[in-house]
Amino acid sequence: MSLLATSALHITIGTTTACSDLELTINSGERWCVLGRNGTGKTTLLHTLAGLHPPTAGDITLNDRPLVQLPRKAVAQHIGLLFQNHADAFPASVLETVLTGRHPWLGPLQWEGGKDLAIARDALQAVDLHNKEARMVNTLSGGERQRVSIACLLAQDPQLLLLDEPTNHLDIHHQISMLDLLQEQAAHHDKGLLLVMHDLNLAVRYCNRFLLLFGDSETLQGTAETALTQVNLERLYQHPLQAVPGPHGMAWLPQ
Amino acid sequence: MRPVVLLTTLVLLTLASLLFSLATGSVAISWQELLAVFSGADSGNDLAGQVIMELRWPRTVAAFITGALLALAGGLMQVLLRNPLADPYVLGVSGGAATGALLAMLAGLGSLWLHGAAFSGALLSMLLVFGLSHGSGSWTTSRLLLTGIVIAAGWGAIIGLLLAISPEQGLRGMLFWLMGDLSNTAFPSSGFPVLVIGLLAAMGIGRSLNILAHGEQTAGALGVNVRPLRYFIYLLASLLTATAVTLAGSIGFVGLIVPHMLRLLGVRDHRLLLPAAALLGGSLLIIADTLARTLLAPRQLPVGILTALVGVPVFLLLLHHSRTLHGEAR
Repeated sequence: MSLLATSALHITIGTTTACSDLELTINSGERWCVLGRNGTGKTTLLHTLAGLHPPTAGDITLNDRPLVQLPRKAVAQHIGLLFQNHADAFPASVLETVLTGRHPWLGPLQWEGGKDLAIARDALQAVDLHNKEARMVNTLSGGERQRVSIACLLAQDPQLLLLDEPTNHLDIHHQISMLDLLQEQAAHHDKGLLLVMHDLNLAVRYCNRFLLLFGDSETLQGTAETALTQVNLERLYQHPLQAVPGPHGMAWLPQ
Repeated sequence: MRPVVLLTTLVLLTLASLLFSLATGSVAISWQELLAVFSGADSGNDLAGQVIMELRWPRTVAAFITGALLALAGGLMQVLLRNPLADPYVLGVSGGAATGALLAMLAGLGSLWLHGAAFSGALLSMLLVFGLSHGSGSWTTSRLLLTGIVIAAGWGAIIGLLLAISPEQGLRGMLFWLMGDLSNTAFPSSGFPVLVIGLLAAMGIGRSLNILAHGEQTAGALGVNVRPLRYFIYLLASLLTATAVTLAGSIGFVGLIVPHMLRLLGVRDHRLLLPAAALLGGSLLIIADTLARTLLAPRQLPVGILTALVGVPVFLLLLHHSRTLHGEAR
């Protein structure tokens, strides 16, 4: 089932054109990875797909309805976004922060109930932070804070999860466990994933669709076999790479 | 702290400060007399009845309403600007009100005109900042904050000019107005509907405020209509502030410190924080005003001085004992 589709999508930020005439369809169960150098508009693309940033031109449809016509709350029930940065200006506990994920599912004057609390605690359990629900988020380490945000996204329970560098600040163990968790969400709960990643090898291991942003408005999409060729990747990163056979397909080493 | 315990404590604190204010003053009134006046046993014709019903009650009500309005506006402004240092006056509303009030005083106009001029000045400043902060781009927090601060500085210069050119016998009244003074309040109960409606409106958007405190983009991704919500908070906080400064001049400190006192006590949900702030702000100002009119009696002090004198030690004590800024939540 198609979760989100773009037609003739054009995004320009300042002098950079992230994409033009992008036709992207994300189906449930698919795990997309967006690759590109710094400043090629990956984050802006994610924000645009979530409806937080208007596209320069083109259309985005969510379940075959135009995204711009949907109320914000309905969009938030379908699309969740993990941001690259977290701004904690005011004190908030871990549990309170995860509970904010339930906002799109509650009525205007409704309070979070036992069901929401149970969902939030399950999400904390899933990210291995169940024993820290009373901690203040500003006292957490960077990796723990990142996992709180992932738990918040799980509590939001959208059909399509957009994640901007989800492995940021995470140690190797938690990189794998968080990506396993996300993969499981796509496989068993029919969710769609779109991840911005800089680690090619984790991307190859966990994603089955790839979108390359070259930064000159040109884009390329395909599977690992069709899109992640040596020629494409070296052009993408403008850096020579060496392919080494690994346990999850090709491993790419920068030269 | 449990919400019921907190709100009950604050309601009791409000009642206690109310009684303290009514019983304290140049005419000593015993608890029995106080009780008699309010139970209707006293006809209200004797001295105690007159002092309470005509002098102390209106003034106490004005203090409560003003304090509650300021604390509520402060809590809202801090979320709007996502800045813990924000107070109700940071965007220039009080400067506009002060300019209006001082102009009315300089022109020798009566109390009614003075209040009208103060409210008009506050509204003018509010619209000016709202319009100018739009600019060509989006309505960002930093643009709003900078516009407000610069407009406030502009009002500051005009206030200085008005003080410099005004005749000496008018200066004292002007200084009292600038520091905040409850001795000259007209129609204090007119602030009551504003407070009730404002509080209900603020609690109605309480959960959205909680989300907005996590950042505008996060709030947008979680389904909050950020732009209309921010307009609403701005208008609401400005109107509450305008009402408060019209009642009693620019009383400082309450709007900045009361929301933080509650945050230090571990209150973070705005659906609880805002009504609690209204009660705490109201009772703090009642206590401060009672001290202001009795400490150096018969001389009266501007209440703005006392809010700081009472608030600073209480706040520092809370800060010292607080664990919520670092460590476990309570």
